[in-house]
Amino acid sequence: MDLIVFYLFATLAVIAALGVVALRNPVHAALCLAVVFISLAALYVLLSAPFVAAAQVMIYAGAILILFVFVIMLLSPGVDQGAGALKWQRPLAAVFGLALAVELILVLASAVLPAARGQYTPERLAQIGDVQAIGALLFTDFLLPFEITSLLLLVAMVGVIVLAKKRVRS
Amino acid sequence: MSLDPLVITIIEALVKSIVVIVGLLTAFAYLTLVERYVVAKIQSRIGPNRVGAIGPIAVLQPIADALKMIFKEDIWPAQADQVAYTIAPGIAVGTALVAWAVIPLNPSLTIAGYKIDFYIADVNVALLYLLAIGSLGVYGIVLGGWSSNNKYSLLGALRSTAQMVSYEISLGLGLVGVLMISGSLSLVDIVQKQATVWNVVWQPLGLIVYFIAATAEINRLPFDLPEAETELVAGFATEYSSLKWALFYMAEYINMITISVIASTLFLGGYQGPFGILPGFHWLFLKIAFFIFVLMWIRYTFPRFRYDQLMRFGWKVLLPLALANIFVTAIVMVVLGR
Repeated sequence: MDLIVFYLFATLAVIAALGVVALRNPVHAALCLAVVFISLAALYVLLSAPFVAAAQVMIYAGAILILFVFVIMLLSPGVDQGAGALKWQRPLAAVFGLALAVELILVLASAVLPAARGQYTPERLAQIGDVQAIGALLFTDFLLPFEITSLLLLVAMVGVIVLAKKRVRS
Repeated sequence: MSLDPLVITIIEALVKSIVVIVGLLTAFAYLTLVERYVVAKIQSRIGPNRVGAIGPIAVLQPIADALKMIFKEDIWPAQADQVAYTIAPGIAVGTALVAWAVIPLNPSLTIAGYKIDFYIADVNVALLYLLAIGSLGVYGIVLGGWSSNNKYSLLGALRSTAQMVSYEISLGLGLVGVLMISGSLSLVDIVQKQATVWNVVWQPLGLIVYFIAATAEINRLPFDLPEAETELVAGFATEYSSLKWALFYMAEYINMITISVIASTLFLGGYQGPFGILPGFHWLFLKIAFFIFVLMWIRYTFPRFRYDQLMRFGWKVLLPLALANIFVTAIVMVVLGR
Protein backbone atom coordinates (compact mmCIF):
# COMPACT_ATOMS: atom_id res chain seq x y z
CA MET A 1 0.00 0.00 0.00
CA ASP A 2 2.70 2.46 1.08
CA LEU A 3 4.72 1.43 -1.93
CA ILE A 4 1.85 2.13 -4.36
CA VAL A 5 1.33 5.58 -2.87
CA PHE A 6 5.07 6.22 -2.97
CA TYR A 7 5.41 5.35 -6.65
CA LEU A 8 2.30 7.34 -7.51
CA PHE A 9 3.52 10.55 -5.91
CA ALA A 10 7.19 10.02 -6.78
CA THR A 11 6.27 9.68 -10.46
CA LEU A 12 4.01 12.72 -10.24
CA ALA A 13 6.79 14.73 -8.59
CA VAL A 14 9.35 13.77 -11.24
CA ILE A 15 7.00 14.50 -14.16
CA ALA A 16 5.97 17.84 -12.67
CA ALA A 17 9.60 18.73 -11.95
CA LEU A 18 10.42 18.07 -15.61
CA GLY A 19 7.49 20.32 -16.46
CA VAL A 20 8.92 23.13 -14.34
CA VAL A 21 12.09 23.05 -16.44
CA ALA A 22 10.61 22.28 -19.83
CA LEU A 23 7.47 24.42 -20.02
CA ARG A 24 7.98 27.79 -21.67
CA ASN A 25 5.07 29.58 -20.04
CA PRO A 26 6.23 30.82 -16.60
CA VAL A 27 2.78 30.44 -15.01
CA HIS A 28 2.56 26.83 -16.19
CA ALA A 29 6.02 26.19 -14.78
CA ALA A 30 4.95 27.68 -11.45
CA LEU A 31 1.88 25.44 -11.44
CA CYS A 32 4.05 22.39 -12.03
CA LEU A 33 6.18 23.51 -9.10
CA ALA A 34 3.03 23.54 -6.97
CA VAL A 35 2.36 19.95 -8.03
CA VAL A 36 5.95 19.04 -7.06
CA PHE A 37 5.47 20.60 -3.61
CA ILE A 38 2.20 18.78 -3.01
CA SER A 39 3.65 15.45 -4.16
CA LEU A 40 6.62 15.94 -1.84
CA ALA A 41 4.16 16.64 0.97
CA ALA A 42 2.51 13.29 0.28
CA LEU A 43 5.94 11.62 0.48
CA TYR A 44 6.57 13.32 3.85
CA VAL A 45 3.30 11.84 5.11
CA LEU A 46 4.57 8.41 4.08
CA LEU A 47 7.75 9.08 6.06
CA SER A 48 5.55 9.68 9.14
CA ALA A 49 6.27 13.40 9.15
CA PRO A 50 2.79 14.89 8.67
CA PHE A 51 3.83 18.16 10.28
CA VAL A 52 6.53 18.72 7.68
CA ALA A 53 4.00 17.79 4.99
CA ALA A 54 1.47 20.37 6.18
CA ALA A 55 4.17 23.01 6.56
CA GLN A 56 5.44 22.19 3.07
CA VAL A 57 2.04 22.79 1.49
CA MET A 58 1.24 25.82 3.63
CA ILE A 59 4.53 27.64 3.25
CA TYR A 60 5.88 26.60 -0.13
CA ALA A 61 2.75 26.02 -2.19
CA GLY A 62 0.45 28.36 -0.30
CA ALA A 63 2.67 31.34 0.38
CA ILE A 64 6.02 31.43 -1.43
CA LEU A 65 4.87 30.10 -4.76
CA ILE A 66 1.79 32.32 -4.71
CA LEU A 67 4.12 35.31 -4.38
CA PHE A 68 6.12 34.00 -7.36
CA VAL A 69 2.90 33.79 -9.35
CA PHE A 70 1.99 37.28 -8.16
CA VAL A 71 5.25 38.69 -9.50
CA ILE A 72 4.97 36.71 -12.74
CA MET A 73 1.48 38.09 -13.29
CA LEU A 74 2.56 41.64 -12.48
CA LEU A 75 5.48 41.53 -14.89
CA SER A 76 3.61 39.29 -17.37
CA PRO A 77 6.77 38.25 -19.22
CA GLY A 78 4.70 36.10 -21.59
CA VAL A 79 6.00 32.94 -23.16
CA ASP A 80 9.77 32.73 -22.98
CA GLN A 81 11.15 32.44 -26.51
CA GLY A 82 14.74 32.09 -25.39
CA ALA A 83 15.46 35.68 -26.35
CA GLY A 84 17.35 37.80 -23.84
CA ALA A 85 19.18 34.86 -22.37
CA LEU A 86 22.73 35.63 -21.31
CA LYS A 87 25.44 34.26 -23.59
CA TRP A 88 27.33 32.31 -20.97
CA GLN A 89 24.12 30.95 -19.41
CA ARG A 90 24.07 27.65 -21.31
CA PRO A 91 27.71 26.61 -20.70
CA LEU A 92 27.35 27.55 -17.04
CA ALA A 93 24.16 25.52 -16.76
CA ALA A 94 25.94 22.57 -18.37
CA VAL A 95 28.78 22.78 -15.83
CA PHE A 96 26.42 22.92 -12.87
CA GLY A 97 24.23 20.18 -14.30
CA LEU A 98 27.25 17.95 -14.77
CA ALA A 99 28.44 18.60 -11.22
CA LEU A 100 25.01 17.71 -9.87
CA ALA A 101 24.86 14.55 -11.97
CA VAL A 102 28.31 13.44 -10.72
CA GLU A 103 27.24 14.09 -7.16
CA LEU A 104 24.06 12.08 -7.66
CA ILE A 105 25.94 9.16 -9.23
CA LEU A 106 28.51 9.17 -6.41
CA VAL A 107 25.79 9.05 -3.79
CA LEU A 108 23.91 6.30 -5.59
CA ALA A 109 27.15 4.39 -6.27
CA SER A 110 27.97 4.30 -2.59
CA ALA A 111 24.85 2.10 -2.65
CA VAL A 112 24.14 1.73 1.00
CA LEU A 113 22.95 5.14 1.98
CA PRO A 114 24.11 5.63 5.55
CA ALA A 115 20.97 4.45 7.29
CA ALA A 116 21.82 5.84 10.67
CA ARG A 117 18.73 5.62 12.82
CA GLY A 118 18.33 8.48 15.23
CA GLN A 119 16.32 8.29 18.40
CA TYR A 120 13.15 9.35 16.56
CA THR A 121 12.05 6.14 14.91
CA PRO A 122 8.59 5.91 13.32
CA GLU A 123 7.39 3.89 16.33
CA ARG A 124 8.63 6.49 18.81
CA LEU A 125 7.06 9.28 16.73
CA ALA A 126 3.73 7.48 16.62
CA GLN A 127 3.91 7.29 20.40
CA ILE A 128 4.76 10.92 21.22
CA GLY A 129 3.43 12.56 18.04
CA ASP A 130 5.65 14.26 15.50
CA VAL A 131 4.38 17.77 16.21
CA GLN A 132 5.21 17.32 19.88
CA ALA A 133 8.66 15.96 19.00
CA ILE A 134 9.45 18.90 16.69
CA GLY A 135 8.12 21.41 19.22
CA ALA A 136 10.13 19.95 22.07
CA LEU A 137 13.33 19.91 19.99
CA LEU A 138 12.84 23.48 18.79
CA PHE A 139 12.53 24.75 22.33
CA THR A 140 15.35 22.70 23.83
CA ASP A 141 18.25 21.49 21.69
CA PHE A 142 17.68 23.86 18.79
CA LEU A 143 16.52 26.93 20.69
CA LEU A 144 19.45 29.13 19.65
CA PRO A 145 19.30 28.36 15.90
CA PHE A 146 15.51 28.77 16.07
CA GLU A 147 15.77 32.23 17.62
CA ILE A 148 18.55 33.24 15.24
CA THR A 149 16.32 32.25 12.31
CA SER A 150 13.56 34.47 13.60
CA LEU A 151 16.05 37.33 13.89
CA LEU A 152 17.16 36.68 10.32
CA LEU A 153 13.58 36.89 9.09
CA LEU A 154 13.10 40.11 11.05
CA VAL A 155 16.18 41.61 9.42
CA ALA A 156 14.83 40.64 6.00
CA MET A 157 11.49 42.29 6.79
CA VAL A 158 13.13 45.49 8.03
CA GLY A 159 15.32 45.52 4.94
CA VAL A 160 12.31 45.25 2.63
CA ILE A 161 10.49 48.04 4.43
CA VAL A 162 13.53 50.32 4.23
CA LEU A 163 13.94 49.59 0.51
CA ALA A 164 10.26 50.00 -0.31
CA LYS A 165 9.58 53.07 1.78
CA LYS A 166 9.20 56.31 -0.11
CA ARG A 167 11.69 58.89 1.02
CA VAL A 168 9.81 61.94 2.23
CA ARG A 169 11.90 65.08 2.31
CA SER A 170 10.91 67.38 5.10
CA MET B 1 -16.63 -14.01 3.96
CA SER B 2 -13.93 -11.84 5.39
CA LEU B 3 -12.45 -8.91 3.60
CA ASP B 4 -8.97 -7.53 3.88
CA PRO B 5 -9.08 -4.74 6.52
CA LEU B 6 -7.33 -2.45 4.04
CA VAL B 7 -10.11 -2.96 1.49
CA ILE B 8 -12.71 -2.25 4.17
CA THR B 9 -10.90 0.95 5.13
CA ILE B 10 -10.79 2.11 1.52
CA ILE B 11 -14.46 1.30 0.90
CA GLU B 12 -15.44 3.02 4.13
CA ALA B 13 -13.49 6.17 3.21
CA LEU B 14 -15.02 6.16 -0.28
CA VAL B 15 -18.58 5.84 1.01
CA LYS B 16 -18.03 8.59 3.58
CA SER B 17 -16.47 10.88 0.99
CA ILE B 18 -19.39 10.39 -1.38
CA VAL B 19 -21.90 11.06 1.39
CA VAL B 20 -20.07 14.24 2.45
CA ILE B 21 -19.70 15.51 -1.13
CA VAL B 22 -23.33 14.82 -2.07
CA GLY B 23 -24.43 16.41 1.20
CA LEU B 24 -22.33 19.51 0.54
CA LEU B 25 -23.54 19.90 -3.02
CA THR B 26 -27.15 19.67 -1.87
CA ALA B 27 -26.42 22.12 0.91
CA PHE B 28 -24.86 24.47 -1.66
CA ALA B 29 -27.93 24.34 -3.88
CA TYR B 30 -30.31 25.18 -1.07
CA LEU B 31 -27.94 27.70 0.50
CA THR B 32 -28.34 29.85 -2.61
CA LEU B 33 -32.09 29.77 -1.97
CA VAL B 34 -31.64 30.56 1.73
CA GLU B 35 -29.39 33.48 0.87
CA ARG B 36 -32.03 34.88 -1.46
CA TYR B 37 -34.63 34.72 1.29
CA VAL B 38 -32.30 36.30 3.84
CA VAL B 39 -31.40 39.16 1.52
CA ALA B 40 -35.08 39.57 0.60
CA LYS B 41 -35.96 39.88 4.28
CA ILE B 42 -33.14 42.38 4.92
CA GLN B 43 -34.14 44.46 1.91
CA SER B 44 -37.91 44.17 2.59
CA ARG B 45 -38.65 42.09 -0.48
CA ILE B 46 -40.41 38.74 -0.87
CA GLY B 47 -37.76 36.61 -2.60
CA PRO B 48 -38.30 33.70 -5.03
CA ASN B 49 -41.84 32.31 -4.74
CA ARG B 50 -42.76 30.80 -8.12
CA VAL B 51 -40.70 27.74 -9.11
CA GLY B 52 -42.24 24.64 -7.53
CA ALA B 53 -43.60 26.75 -4.72
CA ILE B 54 -44.83 25.01 -1.60
CA GLY B 55 -46.49 27.83 0.27
CA PRO B 56 -44.18 30.85 0.11
CA ILE B 57 -41.03 28.78 -0.54
CA ALA B 58 -39.82 28.03 -4.07
CA VAL B 59 -38.55 24.52 -3.42
CA LEU B 60 -37.44 23.78 -6.98
CA GLN B 61 -35.68 27.13 -7.54
CA PRO B 62 -32.10 25.72 -7.14
CA ILE B 63 -32.83 22.96 -9.65
CA ALA B 64 -34.19 25.49 -12.14
CA ASP B 65 -31.08 27.62 -11.60
CA ALA B 66 -28.80 24.65 -12.19
CA LEU B 67 -30.62 23.69 -15.41
CA LYS B 68 -30.42 27.26 -16.64
CA MET B 69 -26.69 27.31 -15.90
CA ILE B 70 -26.08 24.08 -17.81
CA PHE B 71 -27.79 25.37 -20.95
CA LYS B 72 -25.94 28.69 -21.02
CA GLU B 73 -23.31 29.13 -23.71
CA ASP B 74 -19.81 28.25 -22.55
CA ILE B 75 -17.75 31.23 -23.75
CA TRP B 76 -14.00 30.93 -24.34
CA PRO B 77 -12.26 34.29 -24.36
CA ALA B 78 -9.84 34.85 -27.23
CA GLN B 79 -6.28 33.84 -26.33
CA ALA B 80 -7.34 32.48 -22.99
CA ASP B 81 -4.89 30.00 -21.50
CA GLN B 82 -6.91 26.84 -22.23
CA VAL B 83 -5.44 24.59 -19.55
CA ALA B 84 -5.45 27.05 -16.69
CA TYR B 85 -8.84 28.45 -17.71
CA THR B 86 -10.36 24.98 -17.49
CA ILE B 87 -8.78 23.72 -14.28
CA ALA B 88 -9.13 26.94 -12.25
CA PRO B 89 -12.81 26.42 -11.27
CA GLY B 90 -12.01 22.80 -10.46
CA ILE B 91 -9.22 23.83 -8.08
CA ALA B 92 -11.57 26.31 -6.41
CA VAL B 93 -14.24 23.67 -5.74
CA GLY B 94 -11.74 20.91 -4.92
CA THR B 95 -9.95 22.85 -2.20
CA ALA B 96 -13.31 23.87 -0.73
CA LEU B 97 -14.41 20.22 -0.54
CA VAL B 98 -11.32 18.39 0.72
CA ALA B 99 -11.17 20.39 3.95
CA TRP B 100 -14.11 18.28 5.14
CA ALA B 101 -12.00 15.12 5.32
CA VAL B 102 -10.84 15.86 8.87
CA ILE B 103 -14.00 17.33 10.40
CA PRO B 104 -15.84 15.14 12.93
CA LEU B 105 -19.58 15.42 12.29
CA ASN B 106 -21.04 13.19 14.99
CA PRO B 107 -19.84 11.15 17.99
CA SER B 108 -18.73 7.64 17.00
CA LEU B 109 -21.47 5.01 17.04
CA THR B 110 -21.28 1.25 17.37
CA ILE B 111 -23.85 -0.55 15.23
CA ALA B 112 -23.92 -4.36 15.18
CA GLY B 113 -20.42 -4.55 16.62
CA TYR B 114 -19.00 -2.29 13.94
CA LYS B 115 -17.69 1.07 15.10
CA ILE B 116 -18.62 3.93 12.80
CA ASP B 117 -16.63 7.15 13.03
CA PHE B 118 -18.30 10.19 11.55
CA TYR B 119 -15.16 11.64 10.07
CA ILE B 120 -13.18 10.55 7.03
CA ALA B 121 -9.73 10.82 8.62
CA ASP B 122 -8.41 11.61 12.07
CA VAL B 123 -4.94 12.93 11.35
CA ASN B 124 -2.89 14.39 14.16
CA VAL B 125 -2.14 17.55 12.17
CA ALA B 126 -5.74 18.20 11.14
CA LEU B 127 -5.66 21.87 12.10
CA LEU B 128 -2.56 22.44 9.96
CA TYR B 129 -4.17 20.43 7.18
CA LEU B 130 -7.11 22.84 7.18
CA LEU B 131 -4.77 25.82 6.98
CA ALA B 132 -2.72 24.20 4.22
CA ILE B 133 -5.80 23.40 2.14
CA GLY B 134 -7.13 26.90 2.75
CA SER B 135 -3.88 28.39 1.51
CA LEU B 136 -4.24 26.44 -1.75
CA GLY B 137 -7.71 27.84 -2.39
CA VAL B 138 -6.25 31.05 -3.76
CA TYR B 139 -4.87 29.18 -6.80
CA GLY B 140 -8.34 28.76 -8.28
CA ILE B 141 -9.02 32.48 -8.26
CA VAL B 142 -5.52 33.50 -9.31
CA LEU B 143 -5.40 31.08 -12.23
CA GLY B 144 -8.93 31.90 -13.32
CA GLY B 145 -8.15 35.61 -13.32
CA TRP B 146 -4.82 35.27 -15.07
CA SER B 147 -5.88 32.78 -17.73
CA SER B 148 -8.92 34.83 -18.86
CA ASN B 149 -6.65 37.27 -20.69
CA ASN B 150 -8.70 40.20 -19.43
CA LYS B 151 -7.44 43.21 -17.49
CA TYR B 152 -10.31 43.20 -15.01
CA SER B 153 -9.81 39.51 -14.34
CA LEU B 154 -6.08 40.00 -13.82
CA LEU B 155 -6.68 42.88 -11.41
CA GLY B 156 -9.12 40.70 -9.49
CA ALA B 157 -6.56 37.91 -9.32
CA LEU B 158 -3.81 40.27 -8.12
CA ARG B 159 -6.06 41.70 -5.43
CA SER B 160 -7.08 38.25 -4.32
CA THR B 161 -3.44 37.14 -3.99
CA ALA B 162 -2.46 40.12 -1.87
CA GLN B 163 -5.60 39.86 0.24
CA MET B 164 -5.40 36.15 0.90
CA VAL B 165 -1.70 36.15 1.70
CA SER B 166 -2.25 39.03 4.17
CA TYR B 167 -5.26 37.58 5.94
CA GLU B 168 -3.95 34.03 6.04
CA ILE B 169 -1.48 35.03 8.76
CA SER B 170 -4.18 36.38 11.05
CA LEU B 171 -6.33 33.37 10.21
CA GLY B 172 -3.64 30.93 11.36
CA LEU B 173 -2.65 32.94 14.42
CA GLY B 174 -6.30 33.28 15.44
CA LEU B 175 -6.44 29.50 15.75
CA VAL B 176 -3.24 29.17 17.79
CA GLY B 177 -5.12 30.02 20.99
CA VAL B 178 -7.38 27.00 20.49
CA LEU B 179 -4.35 24.85 19.84
CA MET B 180 -2.71 26.07 23.05
CA ILE B 181 -5.66 25.29 25.31
CA SER B 182 -6.51 21.93 23.74
CA GLY B 183 -2.89 20.78 23.32
CA SER B 184 -3.77 18.83 20.19
CA LEU B 185 -3.98 19.44 16.47
CA SER B 186 -6.50 16.66 15.89
CA LEU B 187 -10.02 17.99 15.42
CA VAL B 188 -11.48 14.83 16.97
CA ASP B 189 -9.49 15.52 20.17
CA ILE B 190 -10.33 19.21 20.11
CA VAL B 191 -14.06 18.50 19.89
CA GLN B 192 -13.93 15.85 22.62
CA LYS B 193 -12.15 18.26 24.97
CA GLN B 194 -15.02 20.72 24.59
CA ALA B 195 -17.62 18.34 26.03
CA THR B 196 -18.42 20.64 28.95
CA VAL B 197 -16.89 24.04 28.19
CA TRP B 198 -16.64 25.35 24.65
CA ASN B 199 -13.40 26.98 23.55
CA VAL B 200 -15.17 30.24 22.81
CA VAL B 201 -15.42 30.86 26.55
CA TRP B 202 -11.61 31.11 26.73
CA GLN B 203 -11.03 32.34 23.21
CA PRO B 204 -13.69 34.91 22.26
CA LEU B 205 -11.09 37.12 20.57
CA GLY B 206 -9.69 34.11 18.71
CA LEU B 207 -13.12 33.40 17.27
CA ILE B 208 -13.60 37.01 16.17
CA VAL B 209 -10.16 37.21 14.56
CA TYR B 210 -10.65 33.85 12.84
CA PHE B 211 -14.10 34.70 11.56
CA ILE B 212 -13.08 38.09 10.12
CA ALA B 213 -9.94 36.68 8.52
CA ALA B 214 -11.89 33.73 7.12
CA THR B 215 -14.49 36.07 5.62
CA ALA B 216 -11.61 37.80 3.85
CA GLU B 217 -10.16 34.45 2.76
CA ILE B 218 -13.33 33.44 0.97
CA ASN B 219 -13.81 36.92 -0.54
CA ARG B 220 -17.22 37.57 0.97
CA LEU B 221 -18.39 41.13 1.39
CA PRO B 222 -17.07 43.42 2.89
CA PHE B 223 -13.86 41.79 1.60
CA ASP B 224 -15.00 40.97 -1.94
CA LEU B 225 -12.40 43.15 -3.65
CA PRO B 226 -11.36 40.41 -6.09
CA GLU B 227 -14.88 40.60 -7.56
CA ALA B 228 -15.90 44.19 -6.75
CA GLU B 229 -18.56 44.47 -9.44
CA THR B 230 -18.68 48.28 -9.22
CA GLU B 231 -14.99 48.55 -10.13
CA LEU B 232 -13.92 45.37 -11.89
CA VAL B 233 -17.08 44.13 -13.74
CA ALA B 234 -16.92 40.77 -11.96
CA GLY B 235 -13.22 40.62 -11.12
CA PHE B 236 -11.52 37.27 -11.62
CA ALA B 237 -14.75 35.69 -12.90
CA THR B 238 -15.51 38.32 -15.57
CA GLU B 239 -14.97 36.01 -18.56
CA TYR B 240 -16.44 32.90 -17.03
CA SER B 241 -19.84 31.65 -18.07
CA SER B 242 -22.03 28.56 -17.92
CA LEU B 243 -20.90 25.63 -15.77
CA LYS B 244 -17.39 26.96 -15.18
CA TRP B 245 -18.87 30.07 -13.61
CA ALA B 246 -21.28 27.87 -11.66
CA LEU B 247 -18.26 26.05 -10.20
CA PHE B 248 -16.79 29.30 -8.89
CA TYR B 249 -20.17 30.13 -7.43
CA MET B 250 -20.32 26.68 -5.87
CA ALA B 251 -16.83 27.11 -4.42
CA GLU B 252 -17.88 30.37 -2.77
CA TYR B 253 -20.88 28.79 -1.06
CA ILE B 254 -19.08 25.61 -0.04
CA ASN B 255 -16.32 27.78 1.38
CA MET B 256 -18.95 29.56 3.45
CA ILE B 257 -20.10 26.23 4.87
CA THR B 258 -16.50 25.14 5.40
CA ILE B 259 -15.40 28.18 7.40
CA SER B 260 -18.61 27.95 9.41
CA VAL B 261 -17.97 24.30 10.25
CA ILE B 262 -14.34 25.07 11.20
CA ALA B 263 -15.45 27.92 13.47
CA SER B 264 -18.12 25.66 15.01
CA THR B 265 -15.71 22.78 15.51
CA LEU B 266 -12.85 24.77 17.00
CA PHE B 267 -14.72 27.36 19.05
CA LEU B 268 -18.30 26.18 19.62
CA GLY B 269 -17.65 22.54 20.43
CA GLY B 270 -18.55 20.97 17.07
CA TYR B 271 -21.21 18.33 17.64
CA GLN B 272 -21.20 18.85 21.43
CA GLY B 273 -24.38 20.31 22.87
CA PRO B 274 -24.36 23.10 25.46
CA PHE B 275 -23.47 21.66 28.91
CA GLY B 276 -23.05 18.26 27.26
CA ILE B 277 -26.72 17.85 26.29
CA LEU B 278 -27.38 15.25 23.58
CA PRO B 279 -24.23 15.55 21.44
CA GLY B 280 -24.86 14.96 17.77
CA PHE B 281 -24.90 16.31 14.25
CA HIS B 282 -27.99 18.46 14.93
CA TRP B 283 -25.94 20.80 17.12
CA LEU B 284 -23.25 21.11 14.48
CA PHE B 285 -25.94 21.88 11.91
CA LEU B 286 -27.42 24.63 14.09
CA LYS B 287 -23.99 26.17 14.68
CA ILE B 288 -23.15 26.11 10.97
CA ALA B 289 -26.51 27.71 10.21
CA PHE B 290 -25.78 30.42 12.76
CA PHE B 291 -22.39 31.31 11.24
CA ILE B 292 -23.77 31.26 7.71
CA PHE B 293 -26.58 33.59 8.76
CA VAL B 294 -24.00 35.96 10.27
CA LEU B 295 -22.01 35.88 7.00
CA MET B 296 -25.14 36.79 5.01
CA TRP B 297 -26.17 39.42 7.52
CA ILE B 298 -22.72 41.06 7.26
CA ARG B 299 -22.84 40.89 3.47
CA TYR B 300 -26.02 42.88 3.17
CA THR B 301 -25.25 45.32 5.97
CA PHE B 302 -21.69 46.54 5.39
CA PRO B 303 -20.20 48.42 2.44
CA ARG B 304 -17.04 47.10 0.78
CA PHE B 305 -13.61 48.05 2.11
CA ARG B 306 -11.39 50.26 0.02
CA TYR B 307 -8.14 48.52 -0.91
CA ASP B 308 -5.88 50.54 1.42
CA GLN B 309 -8.40 50.12 4.26
CA LEU B 310 -8.36 46.38 3.68
CA MET B 311 -4.58 46.19 3.96
CA ARG B 312 -4.42 48.53 6.94
CA PHE B 313 -7.11 46.59 8.79
CA GLY B 314 -5.45 43.25 8.09
CA TRP B 315 -1.93 44.20 9.10
CA LYS B 316 -2.47 46.90 11.72
CA VAL B 317 -5.59 45.71 13.52
CA LEU B 318 -6.23 42.02 12.97
CA LEU B 319 -2.63 40.78 13.15
CA PRO B 320 -1.74 42.62 16.41
CA LEU B 321 -5.03 41.41 17.92
CA ALA B 322 -4.22 37.82 17.00
CA LEU B 323 -0.71 38.14 18.48
CA ALA B 324 -2.07 39.78 21.65
CA ASN B 325 -4.54 36.91 21.97
CA ILE B 326 -1.73 34.34 21.87
CA PHE B 327 0.33 36.37 24.35
CA VAL B 328 -2.51 36.76 26.86
CA THR B 329 -3.55 33.10 26.49
CA ALA B 330 0.02 31.99 27.21
CA ILE B 331 0.29 34.20 30.32
CA VAL B 332 -3.08 33.08 31.67
CA MET B 333 -2.19 29.44 31.09
CA VAL B 334 1.12 29.82 32.95
CA VAL B 335 -0.54 31.69 35.82
CA LEU B 336 -3.27 29.06 36.13
CA GLY B 337 -0.58 26.39 35.85
CA ARG B 338 -2.24 24.36 33.10
